[in-house]
Amino acid sequence: MVNKIISSATEALQDVPDGATVMIGGFGGAGQPAYLIEALIDQGASQLTIINNNAGNGETGLAALLKARRVRKIICSFPRQTDSHVFDGLYRSGEIELELVPQGNLAERIRAAGAGIGAFFTPTGYGTELARGKETRTIAGRHYVLEYPLHADFALIAAETADRWGNLTYRKTARNFGPIMAMAATVSVAQVKTVVELGAIDPEVVVTPSIFVDRVVQIGPLAAMGQGT
Amino acid sequence: MKRISRDALAARVAQDIPAGAYVNLGIGLPTLVANHLPSEREVILHTENGLLGMGPAPLPGAEDFDLINAGKQPVTALAGAAYFHHGDSFAMMRGGHLDICVLGGFQVSARGDLANWHTGAPDAIPAVGGAMDLASGARRVFVMMEHFTKDGQSKIVRECTYPLTGVACVSRIYTDLAVIEVTPSGLAVTEIYGELGFKELAALGDVPLTDHTKDHIKDPTR
Repeated sequence: MVNKIISSATEALQDVPDGATVMIGGFGGAGQPAYLIEALIDQGASQLTIINNNAGNGETGLAALLKARRVRKIICSFPRQTDSHVFDGLYRSGEIELELVPQGNLAERIRAAGAGIGAFFTPTGYGTELARGKETRTIAGRHYVLEYPLHADFALIAAETADRWGNLTYRKTARNFGPIMAMAATVSVAQVKTVVELGAIDPEVVVTPSIFVDRVVQIGPLAAMGQGT
Repeated sequence: MKRISRDALAARVAQDIPAGAYVNLGIGLPTLVANHLPSEREVILHTENGLLGMGPAPLPGAEDFDLINAGKQPVTALAGAAYFHHGDSFAMMRGGHLDICVLGGFQVSARGDLANWHTGAPDAIPAVGGAMDLASGARRVFVMMEHFTKDGQSKIVRECTYPLTGVACVSRIYTDLAVIEVTPSGLAVTEIYGELGFKELAALGDVPLTDHTKDHIKDPTR
């Protein structure tokens, strides 16, 4: 029987090694897998490369992982925010490396990794300092920059509902990077609010098909699990 | 000279957004444009974090932090709205599906280069977000900004001195003094608010401007 439901976040992340590249879903707080991030902090892996849209907000979630000094490098589009003081401090003191990527190129590089695309030409960033040193090409009169896929060892994402095969649905704009990150990592781990019986998610509304999901952890009391809720 | 308020500027931009348009409003000043779109005009707002059909801010107490805009503020979803992931959201931009995006600006050059993401200051932490994707992807790029910096420098320049967001990407500039179209032959002033004359406006900066304030410019977005 295929069953990707793991009983604890600790167990789901036990094999994340030092130096791993880890994608973390979310746009600010929406869709941020806070439960899995907490488990990753407890697990202790360090020297991580993190791929996220931002670089943490306040003191929790991704900001807490940064504060625990587990992150060597962050690849993101928008680190600077009113409440990104943890990142700001590490960056200014030279304790974290930043690779800044335009948001659409970040999304497409992740998607390309999941889709087996070797590289792609994008108009975004052409003629700017974020394309400096990169190969360019003019195609049908338009200028493009060559960008490469972004793979990860692990993807940690937040979804709304899963079944034991790992089919996922999301909630509102918390979907953001979840579906593409699930495709792009060797091991993708989803935290979900609800686990339902196989067949309870209408195949027409599955957003991330189970093939892209390796492990599922339900947030909160595990007692709810076997009850088909 | 008459400078219009931020709200009046937003209202002026809103006038040029036609019914049926798919529009992305950048964070900051452009967000105000939504407040001036008449409710009977159906304009479909896109937010880069995965929503088409974005509605206004919710009532206090009704915020849902799974439903936010690109500025990470709670919003609502209108009837007809759709959610999607980031890959699709940016395909909407890069694929030329958005009719208009409205962006803020630090500088716009004579050929329509835009600088709006980074001052280049050595101690500044750079952040780009979706600005470069919008600048290069939307069919028409409207920039709304004050005409002058706080220390009186024109933000319309021969060449941008700040790092670029996009090359020759701006369609039209709305400042607190005038509306300026970016054309293949340079910057064409189509409207000046108040009593300021064209020659006086042109004398405020060193960029060549042409006077089209008397023309009947047919707004191509209408």
